[in-house]
Amino acid sequence: MSALLRSKVAWVAAAAILAAAVLPLGVSAYVLGVLTTAYYFGVFSMAWDLLFGFAGEVNFGPTFLIGLGAYTAAILDNRGLPIPLCVLAAALAAVIGGMLLAMPALRLRGPYFGLVTLVAVLLLQNAIVIFAGVTGGEIGMTVPNVLSIDARVNYWFALAFMVVCGVLLFGLSRSAIGLILQASGQDPIEAAALGFNVVKHKIVAFAISAIFSGIAGALLVLYMGAASVGTIVDIAIGVQIIISAVLGGRRTIIGAALGAVLLLVAAEWLRPLGQLNTLVVSAFALAVILFFPDGLLGYVLRPKEQG
Amino acid sequence: MTALQILIDGFVISSLYALAAVGFTLMFGVSGVLNLAHGAIMVVAALVGWWAAGQLGLGVYAGTAIGILAGLLAAYLTYFIVVRPIQRSRKIPREETEIFVLTGTLLWGIMLQGGLAYLFSDNPITMRPLIGGITTIGGVRVPWNEIMIAAVSWVVIGLLWLLINRTPAGKAMLAASMNPRGLTLLGFDLSRIYLLVWTIYGVLAGTAGVLLASFLGVSTANTGQLTASAFSIVVVGGLGSVSGSLVAAFIVGYLETATAYLVNPTLRPIPALVLLVLVVYFRPQGLLGRR
Repeated sequence: MSALLRSKVAWVAAAAILAAAVLPLGVSAYVLGVLTTAYYFGVFSMAWDLLFGFAGEVNFGPTFLIGLGAYTAAILDNRGLPIPLCVLAAALAAVIGGMLLAMPALRLRGPYFGLVTLVAVLLLQNAIVIFAGVTGGEIGMTVPNVLSIDARVNYWFALAFMVVCGVLLFGLSRSAIGLILQASGQDPIEAAALGFNVVKHKIVAFAISAIFSGIAGALLVLYMGAASVGTIVDIAIGVQIIISAVLGGRRTIIGAALGAVLLLVAAEWLRPLGQLNTLVVSAFALAVILFFPDGLLGYVLRPKEQG
Repeated sequence: MTALQILIDGFVISSLYALAAVGFTLMFGVSGVLNLAHGAIMVVAALVGWWAAGQLGLGVYAGTAIGILAGLLAAYLTYFIVVRPIQRSRKIPREETEIFVLTGTLLWGIMLQGGLAYLFSDNPITMRPLIGGITTIGGVRVPWNEIMIAAVSWVVIGLLWLLINRTPAGKAMLAASMNPRGLTLLGFDLSRIYLLVWTIYGVLAGTAGVLLASFLGVSTANTGQLTASAFSIVVVGGLGSVSGSLVAAFIVGYLETATAYLVNPTLRPIPALVLLVLVVYFRPQGLLGRR
């Protein structure tokens, strides 16, 4: 990656963040609300991209890690714990979940591991419904102690959170660890033969992805003031996160966040179409996958490599 | 009494599961495609069949035929719009084709689901039984329709077995699952074999969808669940192994039925999920898988 390209991207990113930061001065609380949620989804997608794009692990259940974090925070919040402690506990719960996922990932490959992650989500979903006494079951639970009730504060907080996560994850992906992860994702045997500890790096990737997913999940419920299976854990949410990352461009981290914001805003914009809105959004995503498999950002950054 | 009830109900459910899963596993075995739009294709067949039989007033039999045709058409569309372009795309690296097919068919399934929900709403529908009447087996009342569903499932699976093992086209399909390159060297056209697999798959999924509509009823909200259950049956049995899928369909079918009757209907999917995790952990190639 040339320094020129890096600086160009950095400038564009800085301009976009600046524009996003002054946005609250001009638009309604409704728009801010949509974007706030979209920023948290951006973090979900970036965390997923680290695991898939770099470590090469097909994780069909990003909502397993997110859900663990979100529900841990929601339950503790209801017990009256202060918000920072809730978030900390959420990160911890998600890391434990990440370790549980990492164990099969080290033994299985491709679709088999994908299936385990899918099952993990279904099991979590069922567990939430069964222990309805603690979790609120299918109806969901309210979170009394929220981050803030001011739309602008929530918005700025989410934006700052996404930017910090983006910088950390992007930096990580461009660091030695990221390169080793990429190598072990593409050819684990060769990476191991070159002397890298593939197992250790994969576990690290799971832990990092889990920390970001868990914290973002916790912050999302602390922002919304409610946690429910349909908005946090459902497979449809996981699919949305995956589509965002593929849409924005795999292995770009920043593209994943871009894709998430784009997808959520598009879905909101198309809401008047009613039931057709999912159809239109997924048709668009399918077209991108078929014609621009590198995603939007991948297409912009690597136009020369397109066949 | 309850034991017999579980035995009979479990048998019908398992037969239907088997019918729905063999097409899925055959396709993976021969062409390496995991079709996540599977549930949506079944629901297309079910809803179109129900619509033709009831709303158009063509009767159950014509409705069933039209439903199966719709399933076939949906399978063809999946192949030509989504799967083949991804397989032939030069922009997609070889080793990532699999994940692209998964994502693509997943999106396509969501599109089908959205379209169906728009056309038919997401209310559950139940097709009129193909044959009426109720009989008694050992004191348990069983509708003839259930017996017919199990019978039809087995006849179709039997026909499939004959087709694969006793016809030249079937043998070419088997050969394609073992060594596609060798087959092309012998002068067979791979794309025609893939088309044949998709045809068989479409008929199987369509039949399963229509039968499901007349047995349990379906709704567009079921598509994900249907795909997940076919996927888990196929993985428990061993990806690509048709006989493994049949065995797994019965294990899963009976596990679910027994849980629903003896423990609690709401826990119905849980034992199968746990079984799936155990199989994937300890025997990732599945019960009867080859690798």
